[in-house]
Amino acid sequence: MGGHIKGVDLIDAYRDPGLASRLFECARMRSLTAAERLGRVPVIMDVCGTHTAVISSAGVRTALSGYVEFRSGPGCPVCVTSAGDVDLAVQMARIPGVCVTTFGDMMRVPGSSTSLQEETAQGARVKVVSSPSSAVAYASAHPDVEVVFLGVGFETTAPVVALSIAEAKSKRIPNYTVLCLHKLMPPVLDVLVREPGVTLDGLLLPGHVCSITGRAVFDFLAREYRMPSVVAGFEVVDVLMATCWILHMIAERSPKVANVYRRVVRETGNQKAKDVIDKYFRPIDSAWRGFGLIPRSGLQIKEKYLRFDAMHRFTPDLPDSTDKPECHCGDVLRGRIRPSDCTAFGTVCTPVKPLGPCMVSQEGACAAHFRYGA
Amino acid sequence: MCLGIPAKILEVNVDGSALVDYMGVRWRVGTSLVEHVAPGDYVMVHAGEAIERVDLATGKEVLRMWEDILKAWT
Repeated sequence: MGGHIKGVDLIDAYRDPGLASRLFECARMRSLTAAERLGRVPVIMDVCGTHTAVISSAGVRTALSGYVEFRSGPGCPVCVTSAGDVDLAVQMARIPGVCVTTFGDMMRVPGSSTSLQEETAQGARVKVVSSPSSAVAYASAHPDVEVVFLGVGFETTAPVVALSIAEAKSKRIPNYTVLCLHKLMPPVLDVLVREPGVTLDGLLLPGHVCSITGRAVFDFLAREYRMPSVVAGFEVVDVLMATCWILHMIAERSPKVANVYRRVVRETGNQKAKDVIDKYFRPIDSAWRGFGLIPRSGLQIKEKYLRFDAMHRFTPDLPDSTDKPECHCGDVLRGRIRPSDCTAFGTVCTPVKPLGPCMVSQEGACAAHFRYGA
Repeated sequence: MCLGIPAKILEVNVDGSALVDYMGVRWRVGTSLVEHVAPGDYVMVHAGEAIERVDLATGKEVLRMWEDILKAWT
């Protein structure tokens, strides 16, 4: 594949400062026409924590300040996980004999009153893993421990977690279960773009979610809501190409759902991965931080595989959960306020002592704004 | 969290796992979500699995297309 093209050269080409500089110039010029059409600075939202991080760390936000305003929506899985779901994970970790395994990002996310990290200090067993498969391996090596994996993440992560259930099944590992908290991107975007009182002119669509779902599933954004949207990769050139294209569509009043990440994202996505999701999970109503319950926006383990469902095996009491009133992560995730508009930002809420998940995760909007100061 | 790493496949094992390389770091990943991978191919790796192939030719074609777009738009 790719013939004589070297992958490293291609990665370098998407990081090329010369090309990036010309794209910055193009974005500035296109933004002026777009701003003329709108009567204000265009607002573009990303819905992926990795985009949030790149926009800040590569200096895109700063370099286009005054030309484009970048906001971060419900794209960081850790950030959109509700306090109730964190409380549920904490309850699991408190069950004697259980070891909760999780991606590192979830450790410090505060629930109603505590986090997994704080619980570890109180004696709960929580282990950070880099993949669901390594959680299965841990369960296999520790047959006396009930290993619960926290299935957090969007369409990108769900098939990988489904494969871990398949692996546990085929290797007959009885002590592996999943607390399935997966969420789906199209339903939340459908809610987001209809939000009253939110200024939003274009969407950067999440490249790796789209690698599974495909581009075409997001066509409703342009067709029904006239929202310019572009699937983007994660190098600075990817993000700038998408930004230029969104600005062009605003200027020309010709909204489409385009794709500049064609090297990874196909029209209908990854069929094998979609089949794996369909085999093990089914859609369920799911609670999102900031948005509340969204119909069919989450995944649940199918009846046939109930023995791998941690909720079924341990039937914990559903916690009575509340968000901290002084934390405005929900308003940030809905695009209603900027992180710096929050009274807690940088005062009582910092990366060292975060009030809410957007300040915890490295990919959270508040943490990115705090770290890069823009 | 949806972080993906574009890695090069060095070898594919009979069990379907593959040894991959990114900037000199090598590790093993699953390949059951992607079709027909072979040494030399690039895949996007997420949470220990290759979730999609990276089509280098298309990546290069998109860059070429943007050279024309930049000329037209600036």
